[in-house]
Amino acid sequence: MNNMSKQSHYKTTTAIQASLKKRYATERRFQWYGRLAVLTGFIFLFILLADIVSKGTPAFTQHFIKVDVIFDREKLGIDSSATPTEIAHADYSAAIKSSLRTMFPDASTRGEKKSLYRLISVGAQYSLRDMVIDNPALIGTTREIWLPAHSEAGSYLKNQVSKDLPESERKIKDIQIKWLDTLVEEGRTESRFNRTFFTSGDSREPEMAGIKAALYGSFYTLLVTFLLAFPIGVMAAVYLEEFAPRNRLTDLIEININNLAAVPSIVFGLLGLAVFINFFELPRSAPLVGGIVLALITLPTIIITSRAAIGAVSPSIHQAAMGVGASKLQTVVHHVLPVAMPGILTGSIIGMAQALGETAPLLMIGMVAFIMDVPGGVTDPSTVLPVQIFLWADSPERGFTEKTSAAIMVLMGFLVLMNALAVFLRKRFELK
Amino acid sequence: MQTTTIFLTLLALCVLSFFMGRNRSRVVAMRLGGGLASLHSLPQHYGYMAAMWAAIPALFLLVLWSGFESTILYKLVVAQLPQSIQDMPTSELGLYYNQLQGFAQGGFGGTEGDPAQVAASEHYRVLASSSSQLKAAMVLIVAVLGGLLAVRRVTPLLRARNHVEKIFEWILFGSSLVAVLTTLGIILSILFEAIRFFKVIPLQDFLFGLQWSPQMAIRADQVAASGSFGFLPLLVGTLLISTVALLIAVPVGLMSAIYLSEYASRRFRAVTKPVLEILAGVPTVVYGFFAALTVAPFIRELGESVGLSVASESAMAAGLVMGIMIIPFVMSLSDDIINAVPDSLREASLGMGATMSETIRKVVMPAALPGIVGGILLAASRAIGETMIVVMAAGLSAKLTINPLEAVTTITVQIVSLLVGDQEFDNPKTLAAFALGLVLFFVTLLLNVVALYVVRKYREQYE
Repeated sequence: MNNMSKQSHYKTTTAIQASLKKRYATERRFQWYGRLAVLTGFIFLFILLADIVSKGTPAFTQHFIKVDVIFDREKLGIDSSATPTEIAHADYSAAIKSSLRTMFPDASTRGEKKSLYRLISVGAQYSLRDMVIDNPALIGTTREIWLPAHSEAGSYLKNQVSKDLPESERKIKDIQIKWLDTLVEEGRTESRFNRTFFTSGDSREPEMAGIKAALYGSFYTLLVTFLLAFPIGVMAAVYLEEFAPRNRLTDLIEININNLAAVPSIVFGLLGLAVFINFFELPRSAPLVGGIVLALITLPTIIITSRAAIGAVSPSIHQAAMGVGASKLQTVVHHVLPVAMPGILTGSIIGMAQALGETAPLLMIGMVAFIMDVPGGVTDPSTVLPVQIFLWADSPERGFTEKTSAAIMVLMGFLVLMNALAVFLRKRFELK
Repeated sequence: MQTTTIFLTLLALCVLSFFMGRNRSRVVAMRLGGGLASLHSLPQHYGYMAAMWAAIPALFLLVLWSGFESTILYKLVVAQLPQSIQDMPTSELGLYYNQLQGFAQGGFGGTEGDPAQVAASEHYRVLASSSSQLKAAMVLIVAVLGGLLAVRRVTPLLRARNHVEKIFEWILFGSSLVAVLTTLGIILSILFEAIRFFKVIPLQDFLFGLQWSPQMAIRADQVAASGSFGFLPLLVGTLLISTVALLIAVPVGLMSAIYLSEYASRRFRAVTKPVLEILAGVPTVVYGFFAALTVAPFIRELGESVGLSVASESAMAAGLVMGIMIIPFVMSLSDDIINAVPDSLREASLGMGATMSETIRKVVMPAALPGIVGGILLAASRAIGETMIVVMAAGLSAKLTINPLEAVTTITVQIVSLLVGDQEFDNPKTLAAFALGLVLFFVTLLLNVVALYVVRKYREQYE
């Protein structure tokens, strides 16, 4: 009997020991699944960022070509007694073309000449015009001038075009490559920091397109958003946290705010279109309407975080203020809000960051216009940075792909700054 | 006078009222001989009261007037037009009216309109200028009257502080109502336009139709198909892309959450979590760009290398990138829920000799399941309402398919494509966007309400 029990005990132990091996293997496998999941997240993030940065970095430089520009009266179409207006309207494009022909006399056919002109940006004539207006003495002389390269020539100079492709499959022709190679050998090409990207608005030509107009648009839109969402959000949070009686209406407001936070942003765009543009007839494409819509989108975020910040203020502060005879409003405004302010600001900055990246609702209210000029106020037609990214991403030209990535880098840079500020404020807040 | 000018003048009047009120209270107190102590409230409270009395009624009037000004002007001017013009369709009348406004502002110098239009534009100009002058005058008079009235009422017995605080409390209450008004505005505006849509297209055709091709003639003389508005292909497309997204996001997000909350050291967690949450902060337009220019061609080449034909705007690409976007969302929701499972359950299981993974799979997960399901529903609602990724990476043509390698379109893509560009509010093509918006709003609302309910119920279980 005793012996049998021992035997069965022994059997159980071996069975358990045999299964233990399997169970530990399962345990290890499970842990690896977990590591793999975290790693997958990291890999996705890495690929995303690496893709954007590798595509966008070239856009921060721009190639210039040194051209011996002949400021020939005949080609410019002006005579010696030209008035400033005539000088401003002279044909600088013809001057550039004839100068290029002089530099490369081997361009003989119509097609070859056309290819030759496509080495230089269409925008070059405007910089020449500005030069001549500043210094009319240039007329009649020949000067070496650095002119911006056309985007396709630029992308060849940035080594983005493979020469192995058959000529028909690339934008840049063999003869253009020959000329460009000559220019490189003669030291007539130069890569500079792309200032145009930060100092001009949108353009049909990739090498002339910039984000200045979109940045201003984003600034005005966010200004409107902040001026509306911050005071309203904080006041609503104060009411709900400090004044609201416990009743049906308060419950309704709270449920409402939570649900509003999860409504897809495009629905807010529909609201903006139907109510602000159609009913109140506010201007289309304007930062004013965009700002109002974004304010409604960020309001729940600001209210929820501000409530948390106000709720976290120690009750002793309340009691002390009430004890010396402050009214409820005085307690809140003079004592609770200053203590809660870092938390409220953190939430507001996060809300603003969310608004800065928002695109879909702005498409609904017509902020997809082609904007070349910097908007001067909240009612001027404008676009914002994410929408500019969307518009460029749709353009077929290769040059716009790198502009898009570069604009994304700028946008992400702003987001990182805003979030860093929020984290900094939160850290300061925690120390107290 | 411009609205901005009126606004600034109003502000100046407010400040003036403040000082007058404050001064008056001091004067009154001195006259009675009791000094400042004889006042019920501090002098600045009397000032605030005067400023509020000056500002609030005037602002109210200004907003009301500005809101209804254009509509009333339109009605007045149109009523004066010849009958033949009044009978034009609303859209043409609108164009005519815009032109006439242009004449009045002295634009379009070269292109003269017909005599009736020129006369009407003169009529408009007179009306508009008198309206704006009247507005400025009325608003400023109301402000001055309000301020003066308040200043006159100042006596030592006036409970100015209570008065000011009462008004302020109402302002706070009003701010918290903005959220409710927004919801109401969304429902009413979308419902209103959607009903107009359903008057033209029967509801059952919309809900059960298998064909979606909204190309309709915007003007009568345009040649276009008659348009069909069957919403099922859009729904299937939306669900297809969302399913792909969830198939990526749920395993990765859930396993990451389990690893980070159960296995990882505190330091590893402190570094990893914020880094993964960067994915949530990336704007959706960036994901859209990534999906359209990097992921879609990659998947296409991958498919072709194994002999599959993949559309260049495949549901797979959009879904995959959308999945990446909601990984952190699933992760933090699951993390919260796993952390809410009481440690006593884990300790009991471990004490019985279960390994950590057995504990997680057989004890923690079943306990956390309702909450995790709630989290997944929230993620699904995110995926359904996501716009930019699908606008940039999914197709436009509505195809009824469940093959993720083909191009499908979604509800949000159609809303955007219907509303960007030409808009005419009496055309079903434009109104269809609002019908889709209505569906989108209610589907996401339903998912959210259910999810929040489930999560809350689950939390209560362990509190």
